[in-house]
Amino acid sequence: MKLAYWMYAGPAHIGTLRVASSFKNVHAIMHAPIGDDYFNVMRSMLERERNYTPVTTSVVDRNVLARGSQEKVVDNITRKDKEENPDLIVLTPTCTSSILQEDLENFVDRAQMDSKGDVMLADVNHYRVNELQAADRTLEQIVEYYIKKARKKGNLPEGKTEKPSVNIIGMSTLGFHNQHDCIELKRLMADLGVEVNEVIPESASVHNLQNLPRAWFNLVPYRELGLMAAKYLEKEFEMPYIDITPMGVVETARCIRKIQQVINAQGANVDYEEFIDNQTRFVSQAAWFSRSIDCQNLTGKKAVVFGDNTHAAAMTKVLAREMGIHVVMAGTYCKYDADWFRKEVSEYCDEVLISEDNGEIADAIARIEPSAIFGTQMERHVGKRLSIPCGVIASPIHIQNFPIGYKPFLGYEGTNQVADLVYNSFTLGMEDHLLEIFGGHDTKEVIHKGMSADSDLNWTKEARAELNKVPGFVRGKVKRNTEKFARERNLSEISIEVMYAAKEAVGA
Amino acid sequence: MTVAQPEGLNFECETGNYHTFCPISCVAWLYQKIEDSFFLVIGTKTCGYFLQNAMGVMIFAEPRYAMAELEEGDISAKLNDYEELKRLSLQIKRDRNPSVIVWIGTCTTEIIKMDLEGLAPKLEAEIGIPIVVARANGLDYAFTQGEDTVLAAMAARCPKKEVEAEKEERNAIQKLLNFGRQKEEVAAADREYVDHPPLVLFGSLPDPVVTQLTLELKKQGIKVSGWLPSKRYTELPVLEEGYYVCGVNPFLSRTATTLMRRRKCKLIGAPFPIGPDGTRAWIEKICSVFGIEPKGLDDRERQIWESVEDYVKLIRGKTVFFMGDNLLEISQARFLIRCGAIVPEIGIPYMDKRYQAAELKLLEETCKEMGAPMPTIIEKPDNYNQLQRIHEMQPDLVITGMAHANPLEARGINTKWSVEFTFAQIHGFTNTRDLLELATRPLRRNSNLKDLGWDKLVKEAAEV
Repeated sequence: MKLAYWMYAGPAHIGTLRVASSFKNVHAIMHAPIGDDYFNVMRSMLERERNYTPVTTSVVDRNVLARGSQEKVVDNITRKDKEENPDLIVLTPTCTSSILQEDLENFVDRAQMDSKGDVMLADVNHYRVNELQAADRTLEQIVEYYIKKARKKGNLPEGKTEKPSVNIIGMSTLGFHNQHDCIELKRLMADLGVEVNEVIPESASVHNLQNLPRAWFNLVPYRELGLMAAKYLEKEFEMPYIDITPMGVVETARCIRKIQQVINAQGANVDYEEFIDNQTRFVSQAAWFSRSIDCQNLTGKKAVVFGDNTHAAAMTKVLAREMGIHVVMAGTYCKYDADWFRKEVSEYCDEVLISEDNGEIADAIARIEPSAIFGTQMERHVGKRLSIPCGVIASPIHIQNFPIGYKPFLGYEGTNQVADLVYNSFTLGMEDHLLEIFGGHDTKEVIHKGMSADSDLNWTKEARAELNKVPGFVRGKVKRNTEKFARERNLSEISIEVMYAAKEAVGA
Repeated sequence: MTVAQPEGLNFECETGNYHTFCPISCVAWLYQKIEDSFFLVIGTKTCGYFLQNAMGVMIFAEPRYAMAELEEGDISAKLNDYEELKRLSLQIKRDRNPSVIVWIGTCTTEIIKMDLEGLAPKLEAEIGIPIVVARANGLDYAFTQGEDTVLAAMAARCPKKEVEAEKEERNAIQKLLNFGRQKEEVAAADREYVDHPPLVLFGSLPDPVVTQLTLELKKQGIKVSGWLPSKRYTELPVLEEGYYVCGVNPFLSRTATTLMRRRKCKLIGAPFPIGPDGTRAWIEKICSVFGIEPKGLDDRERQIWESVEDYVKLIRGKTVFFMGDNLLEISQARFLIRCGAIVPEIGIPYMDKRYQAAELKLLEETCKEMGAPMPTIIEKPDNYNQLQRIHEMQPDLVITGMAHANPLEARGINTKWSVEFTFAQIHGFTNTRDLLELATRPLRRNSNLKDLGWDKLVKEAAEV
């Protein structure tokens, strides 16, 4: 047992659901008790999704405990197949089904016989993998399933596309700024003259998965999701993959050079150097920003970085290499992939922290006292408590991290966004600091407006205590309205009764 | 056209494929209510992730709850449950020093049959902190029923009279507050009440609402001897055989049963004090049990209705559909029908016809008096079927969970997020405005947007 207040990566089924519900017309059925379907709430709320989340539950209740799921799972699958005609139904195990050890594979086989669509059991174990690993595995599993199916039917297309082309692998629902990154990467590919063959899993159809081998190469922008699928395609079709995250000016250039190398090896003849040079010096503002006086002021400022592998590693490099900021500590919660992270960031920071324990990270931040933090929502709250500004760079995230405006982290526009994020975090911190030195904002006592100042009215002790229970931001209004109410009725003393009578009368 | 139907309420039961919160969510409001408690949820990452996401920012305010996250070794019994729980409970004792630790059992502890009720008394004796066990799991319960399981367990911990002397000593602060007041004054304060057997109310409500309802009964000369739960675990009310108890929320049937069977209390079965009609019926019922003639309730109710007429206007004649997820549905529907709404369907996770008998009767009467059609009450609803019905009947307002709210709005259907009703102050006369404020918000917002002409924001508007 582990005492835990907070967790960075969710349980395995969340990963499977993220991948399944990213595809078009794929339905996931969870084998879970009532209440475990809060994935739908997260998706509907955080992503402001307009469509019903294609996830339902085959409910595990007392009857299931006593007698097993029996026909229930099979019925639920075939029912959903009829209701919505999905191309694929993914039966998703949860922590509960992990312990029940029912033969879900058998249910899938039986349901498949009566279903028009395909049915599959997600191969994830709650106690062995987390959200990110499960997402990676489920994507590979779905890709493999449809490649094998097409091969069996003889539907696998022959050969490559005429022009150089790419599959972008790893864009998914509830991913940090994934939708914006996806647009930015498509733009970048268009600029490079590379056709986008398929983007998976977001908005993809499983029918198109058989076309994956037609691309010249695969691009896996995120370390956490897509690598397994890319490796599978490499093994099956000798498709090269590029796993350099194009985040920051240097890494974007490195990614583009790798693309150049990969497609030239297959007979293209491209030279992107001029494009990189032009983008870097004149289109993206980040290189110029690094050179400007603003950024000079950031030199040697201390920062702490924490997040998933992709974003924490990329951010560490951007801060240290491109802005001259002193990254005291870089950390990740992707413990299962810690070696990669250490290798990526070791030369750019003083210390590396690999941990899933938010208390440990908070302690490290308190000890280091950086000028700014770049982390998850959890670090943002640590920063609030310690009065250190924080830029959010990775999941777990809240609704404000699903902006409506265009805010990619990848590609050249991404470098601009990152520069803004860094700069705003630090200047806000500076401004705060200066205010403190010069005695804060306007230091004069605020004169109460209108009737809320000390008045002739007498609040009883109980009423005063009751007033103090009212949340601070409306307390003034409640006080004013209550006193107004009392004055109109010539009451000189305000008791609890008067207070609530006022609320009833005027909604104070 | 609304035609009153002669027959009574219509009950149905569907497949139970509906969305609701897991009952462990009750820790979020109970740890805030019971200030000296600590809630330990013994479950998996799935439970933890739910709490973290459902409770939003609250998690960052040094919450007095935590997960005892079960690992593979716990599941396969490689680790000793007792030793593990002892280690964590001691850590909590050291860091937080609570007056009670509440263990919340989950689906996993049920399936692996972890004997929490058996372990708790032993550990309690060893570490010297009361440990209360509540099995608030998704196998058996929905959302607010979590509070029911906790309060039912707490009911067993309420002291008997013998220890009242000791209790008074613990309540030294109370005494201090009375200090300086003349003895006669205190006695005079007691004379404001009619002589009646002790009454204890049960159900967790925000403190201001507790004050309001207590005052409301005081106006009738009824003294509330205590609340289950109180602000602190150490202030749990005295319960003796023959005490009267009354519920303030519709989802507390286990607590009611426990109070009757285990503590030999007498349950006052009343409608719940939600809306002015419900509050009045609630007070009247309590008065009638004590043989008191209620005073001034007519005026009180009428004044409240008058003061909220601007809101009621918005509801009158509108169709409201309850998808069902928190068990407040019957009372809310009854109140909205009284406001003049038409409610075709009330979804509800679980319907205890005995505990809610008075509320159901009031609902039926309200329908008759208002000439509204009797709603169909659907226990364990099926959300998919409900969506079909919603798209067919196009109600003016759907009260639903967050999973369906945005998709329905995108299809031009007004929705109100049901969870807000569980956290907002909706009880008593005083909060009628707040209740209506919530219920009418989508109508007011969407009427502001109506003229813009983009109420349907999906491509195939009818698609489910």
